[in-house]
Amino acid sequence: MHDFLGPDDWTAVFLSLRIAIVALLGSLPFGILIAYALARWNFPGKTLVTALIYLPLVLPPVVTGYILLIAFGRRGVFGQALADLGIVLSFRWTGAALACAIMGFPLMVRAMRLSFEAIDPNLEKAASTLGANPVFRFLLVSLPLALPGIVVGATLSFARALGEFGATITFVSNIPGETQTISALIYTYTQVPGGDESALHLTLVSLVIAAVAIVASEIIQVRGEKRLARG
Amino acid sequence: MIDVDVARRIGGFNLKVAFRNDDGITALFGRSGAGKSLTIGLIAGLERPDHGHVILDGRVLADTDSHIFLPAYRRRIGIVFQDSHLFPHLGVRQNLLFGRWFASRRARAISFDAVVETLGIGHLLSRTPVKLSGGERQRVAIGRALLSCPQLLLMDEPLASLDIARRLEILPLVERLRDEFKVPIVYVSHDIEEVSRLASRVVVLERGQVAAIGDPADVLPSALSDDARIDRASVLAMRVGKRDETYGLTELIHPAGTIWLAGAHGGEGAKLRVVIKAIDVTLSVAPPQGLSIQGALKGRLAKVEALGPLAVAHIALDGDGTLLAMTTRRALDRLGLDLGLDGGQPIFALVKTAALDERLVGGA
Repeated sequence: MHDFLGPDDWTAVFLSLRIAIVALLGSLPFGILIAYALARWNFPGKTLVTALIYLPLVLPPVVTGYILLIAFGRRGVFGQALADLGIVLSFRWTGAALACAIMGFPLMVRAMRLSFEAIDPNLEKAASTLGANPVFRFLLVSLPLALPGIVVGATLSFARALGEFGATITFVSNIPGETQTISALIYTYTQVPGGDESALHLTLVSLVIAAVAIVASEIIQVRGEKRLARG
Repeated sequence: MIDVDVARRIGGFNLKVAFRNDDGITALFGRSGAGKSLTIGLIAGLERPDHGHVILDGRVLADTDSHIFLPAYRRRIGIVFQDSHLFPHLGVRQNLLFGRWFASRRARAISFDAVVETLGIGHLLSRTPVKLSGGERQRVAIGRALLSCPQLLLMDEPLASLDIARRLEILPLVERLRDEFKVPIVYVSHDIEEVSRLASRVVVLERGQVAAIGDPADVLPSALSDDARIDRASVLAMRVGKRDETYGLTELIHPAGTIWLAGAHGGEGAKLRVVIKAIDVTLSVAPPQGLSIQGALKGRLAKVEALGPLAVAHIALDGDGTLLAMTTRRALDRLGLDLGLDGGQPIFALVKTAALDERLVGGA
C-alpha cells in the first residue's frame, strides 16, 4: 500500500493542496468585496469590470497563462516591479497560486454575487435606520446572510484551483517540487512509458479530494440554510 | 420636533410635502401611490430630497441649500416597516438589541425591560424570527426600532399586513408607546380607522401634494371624498357617559344626542373620537320609536351630494360636527327634506351600535 503513491506523488499532492488553499485564501476577500460591489453598487465601467473578471472563464487557459507570463514574468510589466521588491512569481509555486486564483475567480464571484443579490435590500435599510454604518451593516447583515453563497463560491474556486492545468503549466511550467501539481504530474505520467498506473493512482486521489471538498461545502451550506429557514 | 419641507421628483411623479409635528402621533394619510412611503424615506435619510430640509429637534438632518445630508445611520430615526424586516439570521433578543448597540450610552433612555414588558414579547426572546407569527414579528420590529432610542419613530403602514384581530392587539400598544416612552411618531396609513384612533394631527397626501393638515375630525371626512361609497365616513368627537353593565354597553354623549357602543371604552367623561360610516346611518324625520336602533343624533340637512342613484346627506348636528348618511336619492325626496341650517326641519340620524367596532374609536 505504501507504493500506492510514490514520494514524487505525495509531493505533488501536498503542493496542489498548498497552492489551492493559498489561492483560495488570497482571493477570498477580493472575491467577497467585488461580488458585493457588483450586486449592490452602480458605478461607471461596471460592465467592463464584470467582463474582465469573467474573461478567464471563456478564454483558453493557455492564453490566460501566457498573459500572466507576459505581465508577471521576470521581464513583465508587474513582474519587474515585483522582482525589485524580492517577489518572484514566474516558475514558482506562488505563481501557480496566482494562476489558480485568477482561474477560479469568476466562479467565486458569480456564486457570491447571486447570493448578495438575493438579500432583501430592506434588511440593509433596516440596519441603517438602526444606526449601523456601512461597514457594520456589511459585517452584521449582508455577510452572514450571503454565507451560503460565499461557501459555494469558495468551494468552486478551490475545486477549480485543484484542477487547474493549462494556465499554470504555461505560466510556471512543470517543475517537480516547485510547480508540479497533481494535474501536471498526471500529464507527465501519461507522457512516459509505464506511467499509466501512477497516473491512475493520482487520478483516484484527485477524485477523493474533490469529493471531500464538495461534501464539506454541502454540509456547511445546508447548516446555514437551516439556520435561516427554520432556526 | 420634526420640521419637514421636502420636494422630490421621480419620473413623472412630483412629491412636495411640508409639515411639522410636536409630541404625539402625526398621521400621513392617503391612498397608495400618494407618496407616503417616499416621504418616510426622505425623513429617514433613505432617500435624498431634490430640494428642502428635514430638521429634527433643531438638528439639521438634510438641507439642500447648505448641502447637508446626514445618512440614515446617523439620524437616530427608527422605522417600523409594513413587513417587519427582522434579521432572519439573528434571534429575537439580538434583533431587539441590534440598534441599541449603536446608540451611544448617553442616548439609551429607553430600557430594554420596559419595552419587552410593554410589548409583551418576553416569552419570544430566545426564538428566531422565522418562528414568530405576523403579529409577534411586528411587535418585535416595534421593539427593535424603539430600543435604538430614536428621537423620532416612523411607522410605515405597520398594521397593513395583519388581520383584524392582530391589529386590535397592536393598536393599543402604539398608543402606549406614545404615552409611556414619549417618542414622537409619524404614522403612515391609508386606514381611516387607525388614523382617527391614533393621530392627534393628520397630514393628508394626494398625488404627492399636501391636500390638508389638521385635526382628524376636521380633515378626515373631506379626505375621504373618493368614489368608493363604503369609504365615506365621518368622525365625531364625543364624551363617554354612563356604562350599562348589564348589557356591556357604553354611552357616548354628543350635544346632538347619544349613541351606544359595545364594550367598555375609557372612564366616564373621557373624550373619544368615533368613526361612523355613512352606510351605517339611517335618517328619520320623527324621533325614532319601535326600532332596534338605540342611538339618535339630531341635526339639520346641510347638503346633499348625489352619487348616481345614491346620495350622501350631510347632517349638521346640533352643537358641533357633521355626520354623513348614505341613502338613495328617492328616500331623501320622499322624506321631503329641505336644505337649511336654521329654517330646515330637524332630522334624526340613527346609528347602529353593532356597526361600530372597537377600531372606530380612539382617544381624542
